[in-house]
Amino acid sequence: MRPEVKDYLYEQYHFKLRLGFTAFAVIGLFVLLAFRFFYLQIAQYAHYQTLAENNRISLVPIVANRGLIIDKNGVVLAHNFFVYTLEITPSKVKDLEATITGLSHFVEIGALDRKRFNKFRAQSRNFESLPIRTHLNELEAAKFAVNHYRFPGVEIKSRLFRHYPLGKLGSHMVGYIGRINDNDLVGLEKSDQLSNYKGSDHIGKSGLEQFYETYLHGTTGFQQVEIDADGHAVRVLSSTSPTPGDNLILSADSKMQEIAETAFGNRRGALVAINPKTGEVLSFVSMPTFDANLFVDGIDVDNWKSLNDSLDKPLINRPLRGIYPPGSTFKPFVALAGLENGKRTPPFSIQDSGFFTLPNSTHHYRDWKPGGHGMVDIQRAITISCDTFFYGLAMELGIEKLTAFVGHFGFGRLSGLDIKGENAGLLPTPDWKQRRFKQPWYQGETVITGIGQGYTLVTPMQLAQATAILANNGVAMKPHLVSKIEKAITGQPFVIAPLIQDKIEINAENLEIVKRGMVDVTLPGGTAASIGANAPYSIAAKTGTAQVVGIRQNEKYNASSIDERHRDHALFIAYAPAENPTIALAVIVENGGHGGSAAGPIARKVMDYYLLGKVPEVEAVGADKKPSASTARNNAPTPEELHD
Amino acid sequence: MISKLLKSLGKHIDSFLMTCLLLTMLVGLFVLYSASGQSFERLYAQCINIIVALGFMWGAANIGPTKLERIAMPLYVIGVLLLIAVALFGSISHGARRWLNLGIMQIQPSEIMRIAMPMMLAYYFSKRESKPVLADFAIGGLLLVVPVMLIMKQPDLGTALLVAASGFYILFLAGLSWKWLVGGIVLFAASTPILWPLLHDYQRRRIEILLDPTQDPLGAGYHTIQAIIALGSGGIAGKGWLNGTQAQLDFLPERTTDFIFAVFGEEFGLLGILLLLLLFSLMIMRGLVIASQAQSTFSRLLAGSITLTFFTYVFVNMGMVSGILPVVGVPLPLVSYGGTSMVTILLSFGILMSIQTHKNLVAN
Repeated sequence: MRPEVKDYLYEQYHFKLRLGFTAFAVIGLFVLLAFRFFYLQIAQYAHYQTLAENNRISLVPIVANRGLIIDKNGVVLAHNFFVYTLEITPSKVKDLEATITGLSHFVEIGALDRKRFNKFRAQSRNFESLPIRTHLNELEAAKFAVNHYRFPGVEIKSRLFRHYPLGKLGSHMVGYIGRINDNDLVGLEKSDQLSNYKGSDHIGKSGLEQFYETYLHGTTGFQQVEIDADGHAVRVLSSTSPTPGDNLILSADSKMQEIAETAFGNRRGALVAINPKTGEVLSFVSMPTFDANLFVDGIDVDNWKSLNDSLDKPLINRPLRGIYPPGSTFKPFVALAGLENGKRTPPFSIQDSGFFTLPNSTHHYRDWKPGGHGMVDIQRAITISCDTFFYGLAMELGIEKLTAFVGHFGFGRLSGLDIKGENAGLLPTPDWKQRRFKQPWYQGETVITGIGQGYTLVTPMQLAQATAILANNGVAMKPHLVSKIEKAITGQPFVIAPLIQDKIEINAENLEIVKRGMVDVTLPGGTAASIGANAPYSIAAKTGTAQVVGIRQNEKYNASSIDERHRDHALFIAYAPAENPTIALAVIVENGGHGGSAAGPIARKVMDYYLLGKVPEVEAVGADKKPSASTARNNAPTPEELHD
Repeated sequence: MISKLLKSLGKHIDSFLMTCLLLTMLVGLFVLYSASGQSFERLYAQCINIIVALGFMWGAANIGPTKLERIAMPLYVIGVLLLIAVALFGSISHGARRWLNLGIMQIQPSEIMRIAMPMMLAYYFSKRESKPVLADFAIGGLLLVVPVMLIMKQPDLGTALLVAASGFYILFLAGLSWKWLVGGIVLFAASTPILWPLLHDYQRRRIEILLDPTQDPLGAGYHTIQAIIALGSGGIAGKGWLNGTQAQLDFLPERTTDFIFAVFGEEFGLLGILLLLLLFSLMIMRGLVIASQAQSTFSRLLAGSITLTFFTYVFVNMGMVSGILPVVGVPLPLVSYGGTSMVTILLSFGILMSIQTHKNLVAN
């Protein structure tokens, strides 16, 4: 069945009806679009305007010049210089291996560079620009620049690099900076400093670089830059200059540092010298040292291994973190405790027969001198370092009184020096022992505390500070390495004023007794007579020897038969000039043997330089060096000095 | 002499449409110059495209609708065969099989379908002796679906959509009853869960991202987000020619082709857009008038379909750039850079002009 024949008029009418409908639909849909545009361009204009601006404007940080570290005479210990670095942004590079291989045709890229780059990659996000080679020379930079187009995602940047011109000298004091890691980021976030570190790659990791980070870093500047979609800068819209970091002026003297470090030779140990009147630290030596420059750029595995695995432990900051029994250097402080507590009043003397025994005991606490020293009063006990005298004194004082008094000199607590990571050492008490070992305190432990053995542990810093407090008649000045913080541009200094930390009330007569005993140490008959020989100023000192391994009863200590690393530590504290001290110091030579002969000469050289400006003659570096003929005659150790 | 020549040359050119076309293409050249980063090379190439396309338009305008009617079926058959050939031996580029290598040249048969589809369906319905019945629409639907499916498989969603639209408009204008129309739409909506897995991953992704562009702000959603920012930040009057930051600083992708409208909207603002919409509306209205005045079933159906397909181009492109439609590869007609689309569009306008200028010659 076919339907009716086509009605053209009806068909046309029907068609026009539909056409009319579509016309309305077209207009309706265009109006819909117009509404959409109205919504986007009028109602939401501000919003999209902001988004467009955010797209095009980028804040580019301008890293501030890091502050310099300068010694008291203006010698620069840490500064910055520009170097070319070749950097890769991994996210912009398709084939990283091929790119690096390609780059190596123009710029030398060693295995170490690759290793370091891979280390950075593991530690960072992919879109960061990471150095593949640093310190490019002009030729290498030019060679790369010509071939730049072949390496998208690779760029030459001119970066400020930290450099420590004196290398190994005083590296534990100056410290070093290193690349910012996740831990650092957490710290920066906590202190709300993150925005100031935009663009910074490095942060102080140790020493003064770490402690004064907020001063040294400066304030990051910003440039408002118009960028395209690839992040390339098109033009600068505005900029805020960075404020360079402040310069640190130290109280230490790099020449003195050098003299001290040279005097150590290849022996391990530490030296801290302080101006007792101001608390300024004059020397801060930790031996052996390391080259801080190795760390700036990320230390490579081999160097790290050799430093970290070395038996000499060069990375340990010995003045602050090395803990040693104080040995006989503890005696002046114990003596003062006895005097102040009224346990020993001159002319109290003992008859030393070479050993001490506790009541109801047969155990012999031996004096270092077999047969003893004969009649010994408190002043002479210091001078000749009579163990027997101090055994008895400690027992009579009791451990609580002893530690409470010497604690005033800073033992057992942080010195507050402006370097982080300090060890507090240990002043033992019965409470402490109970907590630590769940054991009662034995009287014998009190006895050996009297000569600085047993549980007592001190850092060289504490020992130097205690000596300075003694030298300053009980007035404790807060120790600090930085004496001035200087604004980089104006040079306006902020002087760190001497700050009294504590004042110990000490009877002047008692103090005088101890001080006289210490002056006699460097005079003929004292345990460090050779150290005082020919000195145009008077030196108050005390030698010490700290046992590394215990010696059994009735056994004799024989240095030559003992492995070098088990030999005693040599300690030496001193201040000078004795009547008006301007320098107080503590020296420790690990496994050095006798304080007077191993540590004392180092102290003397430092004092000679500080007080007289005398620079020692150049001598062969080494622990076993032979003294020159002239000094051998004058400074030959007397038998008295071979023990203390 | 010369005026005579011009007169004979312009005999089949509709002056109203021609004016609108030239104005729009002029606007397009200005936008292209800005979008291409002030590249004269691009501008020159687009001018060549326009001149070639105008040639095609002139040719089409001078062929009478009766001749067009005669070639409708062969063109359609060739088109379908070529599409099948593409599916079997087509060369793959950018993950899609769209091109057929004929040795001397490469052709894209789906482009032929843009013209062949409405011509074939208009031809089919004009040959019905009576008022079309459901069976006619079923056959028409089949003629529509086969090539559309072949194009979708390539895959080329944009072209498939436009070819389908051009055929659908014929069905609609030929009188497909509302009952079936609405029923079909409901059926389509109901079948989306079945069609969904048939779509390619990237097509599905585009629809998902349309629903929420922030899902993937740096990936597939980037186009839409940056385009909307460009439009929105243009405001009422725009940032000025050559001053669009989104466009000039490379934030806008595909900004000489599918997303050129965002550049226009950013630099000329809402006022510019409304003006452009007005131009397009005038052309569409003119097309509808031509359709309503056409004298044969074939020519009126073809004219209506061509006009509405042109509208579809405009609407889909603006809709996708402004984020209310998914990103399908549809250029903005007469403005986007590209030779093929320019030729197809102007060719279809040529057919419109032919229908308009030949009507007095055609005996009813």
